[in-house]
Amino acid sequence: MSAMNGIENVSRRRFIGGLFSAGAFVVAARVLPDSAWAQQPIGRTRADAAALHPSVYLGIEPDGGVFIVTHRSEMGTGIRTTLPLVAADELDVDWTRVTIEQGLGDKRYGDQNTDGSRSIRDFYEAFRRAGASARTMLVSAAAAQWNVPASEITTRNHEVIHQASNRRLGYAALVPAAAQLPVPKPEELKFKPKTAWNFVGKERPIYDLSTIVTGKAQFGNDFVREGMVYASIEHPPVFGGKVRTVDTAETMKVRGVRQTESLDPITMPYMFKPLGGVAVVGDNTWAVLQGRKKLRIDWEDGAHGTFDSEQFKQQMIATVKQNGKVARNFGNVDTEFAKGGKTIEAVYYAPMAAHAAMEPPAAVAEFRNGKVEIWAPTQNPQAVQDTVAQAVGVKPEDVTCHVTLLGGGFGRKSKPDYCAEAAILAKKLGKPVKVVWTREDDIRFDYYHSGGTVYHKATVDAKGRPTAWLQRSVFPPIASMFDPKARNGAGFELDMGLTDLPYDVPNIRAENGEAEAHVRIGWFRAVCNNFQAFAAHSFADEMAAAAGRDPLEFMLDLIGPGKVLDLKAQGVNYSNYGADLAKYPVDTRRLRRVLEIAGERGGWGKKKSGGGWGVGIAAHRSFNTYVASLVEVEVDARGQVKIPRVEQVVDTGVVINPDRVRSQFEGAAVMGTSLAMLGEISAANGRIKQSNFHDFQVLRINAAPLKVNVHFAESGELPTGAGEPGVPPVMAALANAVFAATGKRVRELPIAKTKLA
Amino acid sequence: MNLKVNGMDRPYDGDPDMPLLWYLRDDLRLTGTRFGCGAGLCGACTVHVNGVATRACQTPMRTLQGKAVTTIEGLSADGTHPVQRAWVAANVPQCGYCQSGQIMSAAALLARKSNPTDAEIDTAMQGNICRCGTYQRIRAAIKAASGARATA
Repeated sequence: MSAMNGIENVSRRRFIGGLFSAGAFVVAARVLPDSAWAQQPIGRTRADAAALHPSVYLGIEPDGGVFIVTHRSEMGTGIRTTLPLVAADELDVDWTRVTIEQGLGDKRYGDQNTDGSRSIRDFYEAFRRAGASARTMLVSAAAAQWNVPASEITTRNHEVIHQASNRRLGYAALVPAAAQLPVPKPEELKFKPKTAWNFVGKERPIYDLSTIVTGKAQFGNDFVREGMVYASIEHPPVFGGKVRTVDTAETMKVRGVRQTESLDPITMPYMFKPLGGVAVVGDNTWAVLQGRKKLRIDWEDGAHGTFDSEQFKQQMIATVKQNGKVARNFGNVDTEFAKGGKTIEAVYYAPMAAHAAMEPPAAVAEFRNGKVEIWAPTQNPQAVQDTVAQAVGVKPEDVTCHVTLLGGGFGRKSKPDYCAEAAILAKKLGKPVKVVWTREDDIRFDYYHSGGTVYHKATVDAKGRPTAWLQRSVFPPIASMFDPKARNGAGFELDMGLTDLPYDVPNIRAENGEAEAHVRIGWFRAVCNNFQAFAAHSFADEMAAAAGRDPLEFMLDLIGPGKVLDLKAQGVNYSNYGADLAKYPVDTRRLRRVLEIAGERGGWGKKKSGGGWGVGIAAHRSFNTYVASLVEVEVDARGQVKIPRVEQVVDTGVVINPDRVRSQFEGAAVMGTSLAMLGEISAANGRIKQSNFHDFQVLRINAAPLKVNVHFAESGELPTGAGEPGVPPVMAALANAVFAATGKRVRELPIAKTKLA
Repeated sequence: MNLKVNGMDRPYDGDPDMPLLWYLRDDLRLTGTRFGCGAGLCGACTVHVNGVATRACQTPMRTLQGKAVTTIEGLSADGTHPVQRAWVAANVPQCGYCQSGQIMSAAALLARKSNPTDAEIDTAMQGNICRCGTYQRIRAAIKAASGARATA
């Protein structure tokens, strides 16, 4: 490849650059002669270096090797495989010739925060374009060479074919000529028809499968940098606390401990900043963990030293019964309530929870010549760049963030406090440092899934159908991360299961009351949907029970025939998970459909609930995806709950990677039931009470749902999220199933706290 | 002291109280044995010691004189142990972090019980947490592997 060619390619990339601005250093990289490759800047991918390079996401070498860059993080959703499949399909490749590269943190890829179930929603089109651009260029090159119209040329399995003259050429042979052609404009691209898809919608194993089962897959916690030292940090036990005095004498006697370092206390707003404390640095993990135990630290607890989660819960329950800030107002709830008649009300509560991904936070950082290089299991490498830059006083572009595989994320690893810790220590010590969090650190110093309480009140007609419905939530908001004074849920938090109540009721009001955050609050898989949807769909089930009606029939009646909800007309500036409402409307017809399918496929009504056996059902839209869950339970004489079966019916639009969508909804059934059955984080004297899997329990194989069946509601709609939306409806359906089996209504999670025997 | 790791003789003269986990991960850089809890509660660090499924984080080096340790890297030369093959066929892993431990527990179970019941699978596998929730595929893969062994 000539330098000239490289420059040309860069200018062509402006087409793509209109969508995602190309990094300046790419231009520098492209003008380098081949001999300078050894000094290529960090960040240049093999896709960038490839001869044919129509997109930041894709390149093809003259030997036909295809390089596809995944810029989203792999934490178990399969996205590292799924996005490349989209490009590979449009390019008609031989999948065995595809190499997947993990993109560094780099704005030229567009958004990289792998969070909010939007990798496919937001990047499906971009990866289709990448593949289609390369295919179009290869076809054009062949058309010129054969002197036939491009329209007569087809592609298949890494080959360009001209049927009429029975000629075919491998992609490899066409790469040099194709590389000379302009990258087509997006509006010139023709995508393959659905009938010609080879990868999308087909079963395909994840790219990393063989390295995972042989133990060779490398997670952040496994990364080793030559010459690195290990560090483990004793954080202040109370959020916002700091070290008053520290005695490290005994620590320094531990074999393998080299030194200790005091870290600055956290400042507000807390955002992604490190918590501060004392770091113990040494030759291996064991040494620093032993050294930590011997630290003698006198802590100053600060403002949150009196936080008691039980008192806080009572306070939230009192608040939730008072008027709050109105977030949705449709019709007039007060007028309807004033008419009297049958009223139903309930208060629901769900405690805080920890993410507890199997891989605790970890990061390796190196600081050299004013630049930072970092290797981390992160959901958000651009936030790593920004956070680390601020922590060590460099520019974000001087932070190179390598994204390893993530041993689970669930939202925890989009907050890079642990990366900043590694960078700060690397700068102080002048050598590579690996920061290791223990499980105890992970559980005691999480960005917790907010605990919340939700109040519901409705007046009902003779058939038990609500004529007015008031719902009000109170929870310490994620907004507190950015504003210490925040007491109310931000719009995006209320839009997760509160303001978007999908039921067809003539008078609806949604409110939110105030609560202060005394610990770090952060998003957790499905976020506020988990408690707000648990409450809303439990309450629907309560109304069905009060009317003596079948819950499924009642919920379908509540939805009605379905329509596109005009939330704006009801005072909601609905954030819709960041998606355009015109393209991704709130369409309750789709919600109705998944509920109907759940009833059919789940055998609803075939057996009468009661006597310790029951099924429950709920449907919920979140992350632009429609899901119905049906849960079957057996409750024995001791009150022990078993879950023989969960049915998940999913309308996630066009399904790109069916097996991975299925696995996400299987996993969501486990996480949802786990959260509902067992999950609880509590605090006394500002200190989190739980510390490891003995007291923050999660479902194990013996208690997890025995069978989870995932059904797709055939849908030609735009593809939407799969990672999160499976969790919320499972929680309500489980509680509803427990009621069906035992007659006991669960209004407080975890269910383990309710005596069911 | 001396032990064998994946068939190789290994002398050791470090801290006798150090758990095997850190010897494997930090000294030998066999990082396929994962760190999950450090307290024997999650099973991510499961290895075989003389063929028995063992939590490496709870096994001090001093107890390993003359013992044979097998890690995920040594379970098979090329990923073709029946349990690994069954894991691949069922597409078990999501994030994959716990799967080394799951596979080692399953392999030890099948070595002593060729055709385990659901209850036996529960007993053998409940020490291994999977936060992604791959349990039903783990169960299916164990059954498939046991079938493969039975007909092999």
